[in-house]
Amino acid sequence: MHTEAYIRHFTTQKPGLKNRSGWKYFTLFIFAMLVVLAFLLGNYLGTVKIGIPDIIRVIFNDDGSPERSIIWDIRLPRLIVAALVGINLALSGAILQGVMSNPLADPTIIGVSAGAGLAGIIILILFPQHQLMVPMAAFVGAMGAAVLIYILAWKGGIQPLRIILAGVAVAAFLGAGISALMVLFSDRVHGAILFMNGSLSARSWPDVFTILPYSVLGAVIAVFMAERLNILVLGDDTARSLGLNVEATRMGLTAVAALLAASAVSVVGLLGFVGLIIPHATRLLLGTNHRVLFPGAMLLGAAVVMLSDTFARTAFSPTEIPVGIVMAILGVPFFLYLLRR
Amino acid sequence: MNTVLNVEHLKVRFNSREVIADFCLEIQRGRIYAIVGPNGSGKTTLLRAISRNVRASAGCIYLNGKSIFRMSSKNVARQMAVLSQLHNGMTDATVRELVAYGRFAHREWWQSKTAEDEEIISWSLARTNLSGYDDRRLNTLSGGERQRVWIAMAIAQKPQILLLDEPTTFLDIAHQIETLELIAGLNREEGITILMVLHDINHAAHYADELIVMKNGRLFSRGLPGAVITPDMMREVFGVEADIFPDPETGKPIVRPRKVAK
Repeated sequence: MHTEAYIRHFTTQKPGLKNRSGWKYFTLFIFAMLVVLAFLLGNYLGTVKIGIPDIIRVIFNDDGSPERSIIWDIRLPRLIVAALVGINLALSGAILQGVMSNPLADPTIIGVSAGAGLAGIIILILFPQHQLMVPMAAFVGAMGAAVLIYILAWKGGIQPLRIILAGVAVAAFLGAGISALMVLFSDRVHGAILFMNGSLSARSWPDVFTILPYSVLGAVIAVFMAERLNILVLGDDTARSLGLNVEATRMGLTAVAALLAASAVSVVGLLGFVGLIIPHATRLLLGTNHRVLFPGAMLLGAAVVMLSDTFARTAFSPTEIPVGIVMAILGVPFFLYLLRR
Repeated sequence: MNTVLNVEHLKVRFNSREVIADFCLEIQRGRIYAIVGPNGSGKTTLLRAISRNVRASAGCIYLNGKSIFRMSSKNVARQMAVLSQLHNGMTDATVRELVAYGRFAHREWWQSKTAEDEEIISWSLARTNLSGYDDRRLNTLSGGERQRVWIAMAIAQKPQILLLDEPTTFLDIAHQIETLELIAGLNREEGITILMVLHDINHAAHYADELIVMKNGRLFSRGLPGAVITPDMMREVFGVEADIFPDPETGKPIVRPRKVAK
């Protein structure tokens, strides 16, 4: 039933501009420009505004100026974390929507958010003195939940629908745990709010290096697995006939999607919106071929998270709002526009 | 070696229900076989077991003498292509992109398409009357054209044997005949062995060299259409009283059902 909805959704698309291949590369170029713009804007905006020539100068040489330390120690690493988080979540969502043949699939359905959320909350609320453990705990929680869902959905093979149902059940179960902790320890909830909504506040170089290996892995997968995912999307029977090892491909890609999302949420907390809507928006603009969809989603994800975080950081300065809230407020209307147009 | 596919004592069980019971079948190279039988006789399941889409609980299937359960997916795909009933997704893909996936099994993951691949893709398109459709999107094609795209994708695999599960479903009568003529032509001119499930017994009698009649997951009878299609068989397997005439042109049997058998 999900598969049918997926097919219907894409068959009702009118052939038009977006079906021309020149248009696809132009759109990818626009996305890349958006990344550059977001990067420059993120470095420029803040309590101290730093002009573009200065940004470039201080990135490439350490002249000991205050601008250098604002850019190098604060804005630049935070922007890189934002970009990598955007890449990982968007790619994870793009992979899962293909693997599950379901337009509503996102990292949430393989339990990554709920697993990371519960593990993070346990540390933040029960052991606040071990706050530094949050990323590692969130990563373990995310992967633990993903593996649990995979095991629960396993029955002589994996059916996307069973994963989705098992995912909903496990997420509800873990969500209940999160709610219970927040009610029982309501006096300590404040420290968990940023984590629960996703925040890039005070992220720096160590976070860059925590998440970077996964982004690199994701990019490699995006290049080499795109054709396999295209074939998998044709349906299990057809994919098998064409010589694809359906089970191994589905399991491998699901594992990669879980790692990508887990690495992102372990660093910035629960950022729900990117993994669902960025790949979807990219598909509406670029079509379903994963060779184009993957790079498109990565670029758009990076640009949107960087822009949203810059907005979150500067709009109500000195108060920072969680970036997840910004993305929901700015992104959802745009997404609805794409859907309705 | 004239046997291309050999099914030995195949059993398929769904939970505790036996859908295919101790089934043996030998498929000779270069012929057209049609599997017929009523709903629930296990004919689609048999085809899906051979194409590894359902798990066999016992028995073995040999493709050119080798067990398909011990072969890699790509190795199987280089010898056997399967046209399933349902296709999903990628409806904004172009015809040529889709047919190119037929070459997937012929290269390693680090290789890109060769000139030979492109040549075979063009040949597949021409062979299915799709020349000039290269850049058409799947979602702009009619049902009959789409079916030709899937057949083009299958023959781009350059298989020795092609399995088809009710290739005429969802098509109007002209496209049914067009599809069956295309399949018969592929057999005649390219030497591809055909094993297909057909609902329409008259289509099966007309196009197949040999019929495989299934009932309750077992082989009821097999052989030349003229020998297999009898009033007794129609009553026992399909539950209808039918008259059977020879086709004045080909001499092959034509079935005219009268009423449901009591």
